[in-house]
Amino acid sequence: MANLGSAQIPPIGPDDHVLGAGEEGIVVYADLGCPRCAAGWPQLREHPGRLVFRHFPVASKHSRSPALHAAAEAAGRQGRFFEMVDSLYADRGRVDDPHLWQRVENLDLDLKRFEADRRGAEAQARIRRDFESGIRAGVAGTPAIFDACTLRTVREREF
Amino acid sequence: MIAVGEQAPDFTLRDQDGEKVSLSDYSGRKVLLVFYPGDFSPVCGDQLSIYQEVKPEIAEQGVELVGISVDSFFAHKAFQEKLGIDTTLLSDFEPKGEVARAYGSYLDAPLGFANRTLVLVDEEGQVAWTYESPSPGEFPGANVIFDALS
Repeated sequence: MANLGSAQIPPIGPDDHVLGAGEEGIVVYADLGCPRCAAGWPQLREHPGRLVFRHFPVASKHSRSPALHAAAEAAGRQGRFFEMVDSLYADRGRVDDPHLWQRVENLDLDLKRFEADRRGAEAQARIRRDFESGIRAGVAGTPAIFDACTLRTVREREF
Repeated sequence: MIAVGEQAPDFTLRDQDGEKVSLSDYSGRKVLLVFYPGDFSPVCGDQLSIYQEVKPEIAEQGVELVGISVDSFFAHKAFQEKLGIDTTLLSDFEPKGEVARAYGSYLDAPLGFANRTLVLVDEEGQVAWTYESPSPGEFPGANVIFDALS
């Protein structure tokens, strides 16, 4: 049984999806099906220093989220993780499988490998690992932004 | 707020399908009462969605989740469908907030709804753990539930 009790986010590791470089950085738990994440992504992407993207699909709320995260993970295995993330956030209206295949073609990825990878247990486990680490750190909505393991941005809403 | 060790006040409310549900129906099982301000509010939607994602893990600990707000059961049904969740939602509608008041979770006028409160009721119907948010705009991450269950 997975331990989902409180814990700080795991340190940035070699298999994290990282944009940029430098000592300073943020860790973002995001949902590829989430409109708030999509709206904030262009600004987040320009964050100075490192940006670490961790998967936090909320499937009940965005039914295609698991498929989109698997697609990004599969694209990442061909070195195009953030290109797929950019593509998915830029055009949220076309997320069925044929649209994903079109994105694969646009990114010049190997479709056969993409299809195998996105359905593979490895990608699923990778996504779940990120998700569980977000749960343990108290992620309560996306995007959740951590700076030095501390949840920095709490969206202020009335209720 | 109701205290740990107290007998949880029994209640009978309608669920999202209009069926009557009593706390005593859960006798012999653990149930986590999730009081929340209202259907369709952004924070409530996030809270129930995230809890839904870890509902199997909560169930593995022998605990059933039940949401309670002052909304009508018709609103609960629509909210449940909108969120894509299957958590039971109970309607503390008339007299408004009576159950929330019994648990010390109700926020009086001008708010007029339950604060975001978690109450774990054990197999014997006693309050085993509680959590009250500092404000209705914040909700406890699911990690807090797992901490309580460990």
